[in-house]
Amino acid sequence: MATPVLDKVEAEAAASPYITATFRIRRFNPEISDEATWEDFQVEIDPKERVLDALHKIKWELDGSLTFRRSCAHGICGSDAMRINGKNRLACKTLIKDINPEKPITVEAIKGLTVLKDLVVDMEPFFQAYRDVMPFLVTEGNEPTRERLQSPEDRERFDDTTKCILCAACTSSCPVFWNDGQYFGPAAIVNAHRFIFDSRDEAGEQRLEILNDRDGVWRCRTTFNCTDACPRGIEVTKAIQEVKRALITRRF
Amino acid sequence: MSADTTAATTDDVTLYDVDNPAPVIEPPRQRTKKTPRAPHKKGSNFEMYGWLFMRLSGIVLVVLVLGHLLIQLVLDGGVSKIGFAFVAGRWASPFWQAWDLIMLWLAMLHGGNGLRTIINDYAERDNTRFWLKMLLYTATAFTVLLGTLVIFTFDPNIR
Repeated sequence: MATPVLDKVEAEAAASPYITATFRIRRFNPEISDEATWEDFQVEIDPKERVLDALHKIKWELDGSLTFRRSCAHGICGSDAMRINGKNRLACKTLIKDINPEKPITVEAIKGLTVLKDLVVDMEPFFQAYRDVMPFLVTEGNEPTRERLQSPEDRERFDDTTKCILCAACTSSCPVFWNDGQYFGPAAIVNAHRFIFDSRDEAGEQRLEILNDRDGVWRCRTTFNCTDACPRGIEVTKAIQEVKRALITRRF
Repeated sequence: MSADTTAATTDDVTLYDVDNPAPVIEPPRQRTKKTPRAPHKKGSNFEMYGWLFMRLSGIVLVVLVLGHLLIQLVLDGGVSKIGFAFVAGRWASPFWQAWDLIMLWLAMLHGGNGLRTIINDYAERDNTRFWLKMLLYTATAFTVLLGTLVIFTFDPNIR
């Protein structure tokens, strides 16, 4: 009795997993127009696939001029952050079935950075802010002959912020960054946090001083947009608050 | 390429092509090599104290303002009781003088600092930002000083 039921389920699933989903993509091509426009694409796709697969299908089968960044396609390189249905996500980690394919799925470039073409933005201001917080180990004295050892507790202190992949989903979801590109942005603060709270590092004071700036952590309005946007689940706002606390307790 | 554009255009001629691309829209005050960063005053903790002040004054203001509203508008006859005699009676006591003075200063500085951050966020040109802030500082200073003057020089026997 069990076998036919199983067969039936399998047969139904095998019949056609495909649905027709509409992808409404924000197109911008400076070689054609200075206006960005929405363009709809109908894609036959398995809803268990990802938005990135749909973009590939569009680029490879429907319109080769569609431009977007992706590298590893598995949620590690951080190249394909985009605004999907109004929320910053990685296209390679967003399943189509999770974002209601009944309605058109909007895909646009992340906000607050210059759009160069379609979904590609100029990441330079983002990486400039990242470089400004000195995201590398700084030590004094002679180099040890062995590894720089660290207790598991000391490692645990900044574990959350080591997960950042620099996709810019958080920074480009931050309203303070939108209206004024001068703010360091959540991603830079997260990467500063990673070294400030590292017991092996000796430049925490310098980094805190950089983030004590007019455009540093004090511009954070605690809107939690960054925490919601982070595809790696980093508690970004908490990290920013910890930097603020370190700045205050350092003074008093 | 030319065939595409002529097909796409109807009445207006396409302005942009491969050799002459549209200018990309730069976000406001994008941080590039050319735009120098805001002068970093080393050791200046102004923003930190501003942030801290907002939190601390906020806590105190909850008590002061709610207490003020309760006394003025709800208790003992509500708003209809307020008159010159009522104010004169309250300011005869140094406690209420101090209450009103602290509330005036904290509320004005709290609101002023809040507006300062809003102006910093939303004013797009440096000139606009400067003059809006000057207007804000003038208004804040005027209100604080006038209020302080009245609290200290209040004369209940004025004719």
